[in-house]
Amino acid sequence: MLNIALPKGRLGEQVYEMFEHAGYACPSIKEKNRKLIFENVEMGVRYFWVKPSDVSIYVEHGAADIGVAGKDIILEYGTDVYELLDLNIGRCKMAVAAKKEFDESKLKTVRVATKFVNIASDYYAKIGKDIEIIKLNGSIELAPILGLSDVIVDIVETGTTLRENNLEVKSDILPISARLIANKASFRFHNSEIEQISARLKEQVREEKGI
Amino acid sequence: MNEALLKTEEKLVYSLRSLYHNYGYLPYSMSKFEEYEFYIQNKEFLVSDRVIAFNDTNGKMLALKPDVTLSIIKSGVDREHAKQKVFYNENVYRVSKTTHRYKEIMQAGLECIGDIDLYDIFEVIHLAAESLSRISENFVLAISHLGILSDILNQFCTDSLFQAGAIKLLSVKNTHDLAKLCDSYGLGEATKQKVVSLTSIYGSGKDVIKRICDLSDSGQIPLLEKLSVMLDCAGQSKHIVFDFSLADDMNYYNGFIFKGFVPGIASEILSGGQYDNLMRKINRNSRAIGFAIYLDLLDKISGTTDGYDFDVLLLYDDNTEPITVANKIALLRERGLSCSAQKTIPEKISFKEICDLRKESEKC
Repeated sequence: MLNIALPKGRLGEQVYEMFEHAGYACPSIKEKNRKLIFENVEMGVRYFWVKPSDVSIYVEHGAADIGVAGKDIILEYGTDVYELLDLNIGRCKMAVAAKKEFDESKLKTVRVATKFVNIASDYYAKIGKDIEIIKLNGSIELAPILGLSDVIVDIVETGTTLRENNLEVKSDILPISARLIANKASFRFHNSEIEQISARLKEQVREEKGI
Repeated sequence: MNEALLKTEEKLVYSLRSLYHNYGYLPYSMSKFEEYEFYIQNKEFLVSDRVIAFNDTNGKMLALKPDVTLSIIKSGVDREHAKQKVFYNENVYRVSKTTHRYKEIMQAGLECIGDIDLYDIFEVIHLAAESLSRISENFVLAISHLGILSDILNQFCTDSLFQAGAIKLLSVKNTHDLAKLCDSYGLGEATKQKVVSLTSIYGSGKDVIKRICDLSDSGQIPLLEKLSVMLDCAGQSKHIVFDFSLADDMNYYNGFIFKGFVPGIASEILSGGQYDNLMRKINRNSRAIGFAIYLDLLDKISGTTDGYDFDVLLLYDDNTEPITVANKIALLRERGLSCSAQKTIPEKISFKEICDLRKESEKC
């Protein structure tokens, strides 16, 4: 039985549709109840929903053999897992944003509000800029508006929230998308199953891209 | 000796000592302390660069050992045609990845240092496989060759930043970002496909060697072929996979590297390889290969006993004559049963049956 960790929410539902399309359906997952684990014994898969930021932890510790996590989560937690496939869904970007009039180059030390402490630190270390990190857990856009920080490092999808709050993207850090990840030991012991799932999902990604 | 009393890691260490001794490896004991400066000079080789340091009575800075290999090679042989084969089981002190606090970890392993040849390399990898078989009969030992990998990458792009990036992506089998990296260095489509294909070069010796030969004419491929045949002859091919996504720091490692996995443990339990480059860094001419087994991980798969602390719980009270308790215990021991004499039923202790002497003393 292959344990698969799916991220709760809209992205997770999209991911499950891909697994279903790949031949790994588990109809009970669509029933409205409070069950946490869903099995299809015939197909040898067991799904469970977890908080998106926890997927890579479940996989790294072997509680899940494979899972789907955003590139942002993989980088932020430095998770030691195989990153088998870019599923090309949940696309967005990690970016630096600030008030329109703000000019980062005038400051010696920039105050950065973010949930992604490691990604922000690595980015500013690469460009050689001193920063002070302010770790927040939500409503990051408020920080520069209220003067808590100079900039924010956060995920930008459409940019609507930024625009409506008089903020704008100052620089892109990296593109984000959902990735199929696998535990390094599970990959050895369930190699053919994992390779097969990965190949079938890859086929869908290629069809989607029109390759 | 009653082996049931030994913890999983103690049983394993006992078995490994015998295994390594039978192949001519001598036990190596060492002090818990090492000069702090020595670790600082070689910190990239360590799993973590944080060590517990303190001042000795003479003011010299010392550290609690975070690693065994460095200490062994520092004082090991370094003469032409000489060879030193040692094994160890020692505690090392490292920062836990999860708690970020220092942790004592028991590590076992062996090192073969000196004028080593392909036989020695085979012997060490064979012993790694034999060690894993003592933990689980369903183990997997993954093997790669950094020299061949380096030759292949050099053939495509000699830029050191490209190679470092490619190795990092290869080690997580990340084909999509590896393809983007090739694009950013302007490598053509055919070359890109070859680089990306390295992530999937995984399988039996025969298959992998064929695919590697299609990619490269590296002069080191015959070593891989010979090792594969030797492991086949040793009857271990069922458990061996060659995997060119295994990659490690080439500043220290070269040649063969390998990692061992057993079911139930989410990361590698054994890690090893040739580290001639580390030897050069500490001004040694000898070559070296070895491996370590992370015994602390065995906790995750232990618990294979019948689940009882003792066979019999012997209950007595103040009315029971001590000689009655002693005689009953002797009787139970003669039947080969383990027993614990108590006045009340202890919490958190399990037993198969109760022998209650309190009732007998009431009768008296």
